[in-house]
Amino acid sequence: MNWLQSHFSWMTPDVQSILLAVIEALVILIVTVLVAAMMIWAERRLLGLWQDRYGPNRVGIFGLLQTPADMIKIFFKEDWIPPFVDKPAFLIAPMVAMTMMMLGFAIIPITPHWGVSDLNIGVLFFFALAGLAVYAVMLGGWSSNSKYALLGGLRSAAQMLSYEVFMGVALMGVVIQTGSFQLRDIVEYQNQHLWFIVPQFFGFCMFSLAAIATTHRHPFDLPEAEQELAAGYHTEYSGMKFGMFFVAEYVGIVLVSALLVTLFFGGWGGPFLDRVPALSFLWFSLKTMFFMMLFILLRGALPRPRYDQVMAAGWKFCLPLSLVNMLVTGAIVLAQHTNGPGG
Amino acid sequence: MADDAPIPAAAPAAPPLVLPEVVRELYARFGENTFILQKTKDDVPTLWLPAAQLHEVLRFLKFDVPSPYKLLLDLQAIDERLRKHREGQPPSDFTVFYHLMSIERDKRTKGFGDVRLKVALLGESPSIPSITNVWANANWYERETWDLFGIKFEGHPNLRRILLPASWTGHPGRKDYPARATEFDPFMLDAVKQDNEQDALLFHPEEWGMKSSVPDHDFMFLNLGPNHPSAHGAFRIVLQLDGEEIVDCVPDIGYHHRGAEKMGERQSWHSYIPYTDRIDYLGGVMNNLPYVLAVEKFAGIKVPPRVETIRIMMTEFFRITSHLLFFGTYVQDVGAMTPIFFMFADRQKAYDVIEAVTGFRMHPAWFRIGGVAHDLPQGWDRKVKEFLDWFPKRLDEYIKAAVENGILRARTIGIAQYNTEEAVEWGITGGGLRATGCDYDLRKARPYSGYENFEFEVPTGKNGDAYDRLWVRIEELRQSCRIIKQCLENMPSGPYKADHPLTCPPPKERTLKDIETLITHFLGVSWGPVMPPGETSQLIEATKGINSYYLTSDGSTTSYRTRIRTPSFPHLQAIPYIIRGAMIPDLIVLLASIDFVMADVDR
Repeated sequence: MNWLQSHFSWMTPDVQSILLAVIEALVILIVTVLVAAMMIWAERRLLGLWQDRYGPNRVGIFGLLQTPADMIKIFFKEDWIPPFVDKPAFLIAPMVAMTMMMLGFAIIPITPHWGVSDLNIGVLFFFALAGLAVYAVMLGGWSSNSKYALLGGLRSAAQMLSYEVFMGVALMGVVIQTGSFQLRDIVEYQNQHLWFIVPQFFGFCMFSLAAIATTHRHPFDLPEAEQELAAGYHTEYSGMKFGMFFVAEYVGIVLVSALLVTLFFGGWGGPFLDRVPALSFLWFSLKTMFFMMLFILLRGALPRPRYDQVMAAGWKFCLPLSLVNMLVTGAIVLAQHTNGPGG
Repeated sequence: MADDAPIPAAAPAAPPLVLPEVVRELYARFGENTFILQKTKDDVPTLWLPAAQLHEVLRFLKFDVPSPYKLLLDLQAIDERLRKHREGQPPSDFTVFYHLMSIERDKRTKGFGDVRLKVALLGESPSIPSITNVWANANWYERETWDLFGIKFEGHPNLRRILLPASWTGHPGRKDYPARATEFDPFMLDAVKQDNEQDALLFHPEEWGMKSSVPDHDFMFLNLGPNHPSAHGAFRIVLQLDGEEIVDCVPDIGYHHRGAEKMGERQSWHSYIPYTDRIDYLGGVMNNLPYVLAVEKFAGIKVPPRVETIRIMMTEFFRITSHLLFFGTYVQDVGAMTPIFFMFADRQKAYDVIEAVTGFRMHPAWFRIGGVAHDLPQGWDRKVKEFLDWFPKRLDEYIKAAVENGILRARTIGIAQYNTEEAVEWGITGGGLRATGCDYDLRKARPYSGYENFEFEVPTGKNGDAYDRLWVRIEELRQSCRIIKQCLENMPSGPYKADHPLTCPPPKERTLKDIETLITHFLGVSWGPVMPPGETSQLIEATKGINSYYLTSDGSTTSYRTRIRTPSFPHLQAIPYIIRGAMIPDLIVLLASIDFVMADVDR
């Protein structure tokens, strides 16, 4: 015992909690990436189901090993950089894409006691990341030095500009009601009162639109609209760099689904929590998966609007509605505060 | 069109002995001596006229005659230098012909709305005035004629090759140009040649009268194709872009050119049939139809009613498979990925029937001169019935799931719009014309192969936009089912090929009983049938518009000249006119709504 104490004297409670936090964070990171990768499989199988065909069903049981197989393939592909690109930016772009989406998980409270970090500016942190994520697409589009990629980059810049504006405003209702930017507070507030999907229904609609636009998912995949721009901003990418863009998109979906659950559907909240606290993780994952599948269904169901129609919808419809939603929420909260018991 | 009013009681079809109306009008205006009337085996009045009066006559026909000839259906050339049977025709080395059509007159006279004008040209490097200032769509036709025959069109704004690469030497349509690869030196592509060919493909805006910049900004020139997900084949269109707005564009075709017309000059009448399948490669036996009908006019074959009905049934099946592919890719090009998978499943159902009947799926080459390859198999009616029970219900679902979708409507209503007048000016036929409200369908206007015995409607649109073009074809799917149902219920009995010596393969029953039949049969299957000299044509309402074969026989086992008029060629030519000022996604919608395949454009 002495020996143990002398060699692990640096293991103070502080260090222990740091280590624990790091391990927790690592688990979240790895699980996220794995979930995102498996979502590729899930998407292909679900689309296959809805589209009257099989989807990948050969590698492993139910084709479950399809994604690992694809990953192995993509890892061993030649890491080719076209000679005409702007190399530094070309390299940074996919990293930005992947990093920004993964960082987003730092603020998500997964269970009452689990989460990477409870930033008191959590919501703002997400906006910042979403803003930075645009650079991935823009840099990718510009540095490729290719016309299709450029058009994709342009579209992305315009789309982000339009959609980030009201994305922030759409969430303000939630923040006003909770009185905090911190996501854990938001979840706890919902589980004490009412899930925000009811009082903040318009906020939910607007935010989910903007969130889809952030991830470039169909029907907001204009920067990579296959029928128009071939592959859009990542036309010139191949190998693992393309793979990072690709996985980043799925990480983005997982992130946005988790955010929707956290902000509007009570996070880990659900029945029987008082008796079996471990259920919190289950509730959270089930809800998140539901939204991930909704994303896939959207892709299978909808055509793609035109670029200017997307802009018009953003500025002329979503932004005013979000503003009204924020103002009405603010007025109601203010009225409750002045008249209410605490007033 | 001005003729929306019900068609007046049909004037009885002009008996062939009286001069056709248009000939009388031309004689009255220009005098009988200006023209030489040529006899052909189709119903199209064919007149030779001097090049000097070409413009005057064409303008007269387009603008001044009552029920004017607004549609330039075809313009091409014939190399006459080796032709032996030219009785009653003026001397000519190269003949340029103009096939004009008047929809108004066609409806009034029940199928006599055509006129063919020919101009004789002498010498090795002939030239003729261009008519691009009379018809906008003459542009590409004249370029093609220059490309293939080396005929100069004086006054053409940009007379350059269109089907062959700019670096090509010679004019392959000419009779002295070899048709087979074995007659050339082996093809070699060294680095120098490759570089030169690639340089030749570079786009130079100045050559097309475009500016690469205006004082305050530059334009971007974007190569869309020849490999692009939405180009529907090897089609290249160079866009002059200001942001995403298309300032102008230049379609570039020819990547799918394989000399189908030239091949007709060395394949026997019979062995050319499989080549026709691959013209509009989605049309299958629909492509055989105009060809065999035209050849049957040469031979004077009247096919039995069972053959006519079988042919109609199979062509309508191919109309369904082609339209379904159009429908699926259309919705996909607008961005919805799901419907096309369902439509491919339906196409499989249709191909199951086609396969059971013909033994092949996409390119059965199943029609024969004077009949079809074999009789319908036992149990064909059950298969057809299964399809008819299956398909219409699915169609209703597609309309609910895809066509009535708000995003699809926003993407297509009012997009890539043109009116009937513009459509006719550009030679647009088929669904693209009917979407503008013009109910012109050859199956009704001049029924062939027994279409007069069927009840069906000609669906029309109203606005001539991309959405209406979709609707017209969806309705045509229903009408095709209706026609197939009538075929199923009223299939005549009888032989599946005509009893005629030129039927191919010829009837064999009597071959071992008398020597005449034996000799004819032997010649028919060894050389192939010999068609009497002359000219004929057949127009049909194909999947994509009016498809016609204009055949010239010089009394041998092969065609002397096979001219294939395909609908997609003029449709693509109209793209810049329709799309200027719109955005890239609108161009994609336009491309989807045209319904073309490049094999049909380039031949």
